[in-house]
Amino acid sequence: MTAVADAPPVPDRGRRMLESVGRARELGIVAAIVIVFVVTTVKNSAFAHGDSVQQLLAGASLIALLGAGEALVIISRNVDLSVGSVLGLSAYLVGTLFEHHHGVPIALAFVVGIGVGAACGLVNGILTAVLRVPSLVVTLAALYVIRGITALIVSGHQIDPGSIPGSFQNIGNAAVANVPWLAILVTVIVVGINYAMRTFRPARDLYAIGSNPEAAALAGVPTGRRICVAFMISGALAGLGGVLFISEFATVNSTAGSGYELLVVAAVVVGGVAIFGGSGTVLGAALGALLLNTISQALVAARISAFWNQAITGALLLAAIAFDRFVSLRVNRALRKQGGASHG
Amino acid sequence: MTPTEPAARPAAGPPAGPPMVEMRQVTKSFGAARALADGTIALSAGEAHALLGENGAGKSTLVKILAGVYQPDGGTVLIDGEPVVFAGPAASQAAGISIIYQEPTLFPDLTVAENIFLGRQPLASGRRIDHRRMYRDAAAVFARLGVTIDPRRPARGLSVADQQIVEIAKAISFNARLFVMDEPTAALTSVEVERLFEVVRTLRGQGAAVLFISHRLEEAFTICQRVTVMRDGRFVRTDPIEALTVDAIIRSMVGRDLSGLYPHTGSPVGEPVLQVDRIGRIGVFSDISFTVHAGEIVALAGLVGAGRSEVARAIFGIDKRDTGTVTVRGKRLPPGRPQVAMAAGIGFVPEDRRQQGLVMDLGVDHNVALASLHRLSRFGLIRRSSEGRLAADWGRRLQLKYDRLRNPVWTLSGGNQQKVVLGKWLSREPSLLIIDEPTRGIDVGTKAEVHRLLDELVQSGVAVLMISSELPEVLGMADRILVLHEGRLVRELSRAQADEGSVMRAATGQTEGAVA
Repeated sequence: MTAVADAPPVPDRGRRMLESVGRARELGIVAAIVIVFVVTTVKNSAFAHGDSVQQLLAGASLIALLGAGEALVIISRNVDLSVGSVLGLSAYLVGTLFEHHHGVPIALAFVVGIGVGAACGLVNGILTAVLRVPSLVVTLAALYVIRGITALIVSGHQIDPGSIPGSFQNIGNAAVANVPWLAILVTVIVVGINYAMRTFRPARDLYAIGSNPEAAALAGVPTGRRICVAFMISGALAGLGGVLFISEFATVNSTAGSGYELLVVAAVVVGGVAIFGGSGTVLGAALGALLLNTISQALVAARISAFWNQAITGALLLAAIAFDRFVSLRVNRALRKQGGASHG
Repeated sequence: MTPTEPAARPAAGPPAGPPMVEMRQVTKSFGAARALADGTIALSAGEAHALLGENGAGKSTLVKILAGVYQPDGGTVLIDGEPVVFAGPAASQAAGISIIYQEPTLFPDLTVAENIFLGRQPLASGRRIDHRRMYRDAAAVFARLGVTIDPRRPARGLSVADQQIVEIAKAISFNARLFVMDEPTAALTSVEVERLFEVVRTLRGQGAAVLFISHRLEEAFTICQRVTVMRDGRFVRTDPIEALTVDAIIRSMVGRDLSGLYPHTGSPVGEPVLQVDRIGRIGVFSDISFTVHAGEIVALAGLVGAGRSEVARAIFGIDKRDTGTVTVRGKRLPPGRPQVAMAAGIGFVPEDRRQQGLVMDLGVDHNVALASLHRLSRFGLIRRSSEGRLAADWGRRLQLKYDRLRNPVWTLSGGNQQKVVLGKWLSREPSLLIIDEPTRGIDVGTKAEVHRLLDELVQSGVAVLMISSELPEVLGMADRILVLHEGRLVRELSRAQADEGSVMRAATGQTEGAVA
């Protein structure tokens, strides 16, 4: 039996192709961001100014944060449409907390917001994984129910910005060298989760579940538990998003976060996460959010009507999926031609 | 395939102590259906044990209970003499039982190494996955198998044969004590089968037990020490292999004598139906020319990867061909147009019936009617009654075993599923039937029925182009054998000329002979 080190190198064009495609995907998004940035700056030099860049980063942060959680859910072949509603509920509850209890420590605000989000995520997870209701239906229902609950508790009220402590507002608004704290915080979280998705066994289980759910069950993967945790993380991040939302805007009504979910899903898919699960990265999802927000702001800076924004988002989504299909067909062909076993 | 002479067989004396894995009178029902009425088997360390029985005999239910997927209704499962209850697949795996299923279940998006080690990836400090060690460990397992698959490549794109190899590597990486192999050789060439048998011998030598479920009886004789036969959900007998003959086994399996496994001995040959002239597909096959006449069975033989299925798919038009012409009864077919091929009278039974031959969630009636919808419609609306009549008619002719016509086909056994696919194409009365692996994963009884059916077909003047990896089937059924090797047609053999040796030599590229 020859030592493994002596084994002849296996032709790996297909494998290398796939690896480079994965990396190229993220680089491609970065390139797209750069191109949009440069082109817009040419039209309107103010786009590259410090406060404009700060706005860019801050605006993308919440969607990127929610995108990180959504990516986990989509990778496992599910979807979470309730993130916007969870954000809204969390934001309002935190705001109410500050309104009624002025001396509350900021840390508690975070705990409440994240806790509420995680609880919603747990309910989503149980309905999806244990009762086997399709996640599309579960989280769509949650979207409405949670929004409804929020509207009930809000009942027309609006949080008074004066009751939000200044130190708390700093988190959402202060910046260092034109880089908002918000963006730094979200980047740290995104990088951390991205690393975790590559490095820890339970995270790899999520990819397995998305790639072949039947095989995952047969392989003894605790699919129910993993999916519940994925939804809990998505909910928790949405809850955190709510905390950051009120930190940034200091005011919340019952519509906070409305419509975020579709933007988040679009960002995740544009970022390279396959809609049927099994592949993609959290980093890609965050970059997708940054790209979509950059385009959105670019349209304003280039004085193109903001109504184009949605059309472009949709077109980009289609382009991303079409590109992914095209590339994967090519890669599959290469993988097939490469063959697998060489006979020793 | 005659059983190859085994290298020195380890002494197969009765082992000391209780059997490693045992099942006693295990029962399992699904609603009203009794899948297992008496599941009894005893597996000892160091032995390879064949589990034989027709489809529906209860083998897969027994295996699923061993795997912890099903919970038994009654009876006992024992490991090393102690009764156990498997709460789920994880418990069974932890007890040292490893199942290799007939249909490989890999994760296409994960790498080969991760497919092997999912849930058990080697860890560095802080419970972080050590990727480099994982790839090294995977390579080491493949080295033990004597096969090289790049551990870093995604599982997507691997052929069925390669997927099986990864499944076996996974089981080996578990250092399991009992390996249950469900039709592991169905998609392997004889070279790969031999390699698998080597691995089985190695595993046995290390004290593992191997439970071998196969419809290829000759394999049981080659590799196994004992045989257990089941019929109708019940244990029938268990004997050491020396005490049995193929006929005796078949009789226990079907409860009747099955002579004439290969009933086709020749039929009047008529006009050329299919003329293939120098067809090629870049990177896959080239310069293939042959003719199939009415009333004859032509087999494409060769190793896995030789290009046989690819040639068939190119003829039918599923894949495009780059060069050459295909003519059916004088009419030239344009490349890449299966509907034109169908209209010209070609039927195509694919290799992978579950993915390519059937719509698993649709009923038997819909599947049988699927290729004939135009005929069964009036004013663009399908007449359900005609569908049902067509399906019932062909179900009768093919002796299809089903509960109700509208039951989805995934509820049928492999053999009956194949009959549904055949019914779909035969109801179009093709003049040429291309059939890829006609009896893969099908029990002995249904196999004989399919062969009888093919014989009847050619007797009635249909031309049959058959692809098979089972040498006995090729030698027993074909009038002419065309051997492919790495995309080229290297040898043509008549029924009289062909034997195992000549076919295998050509298939492995050792022939100097030109195409006849």
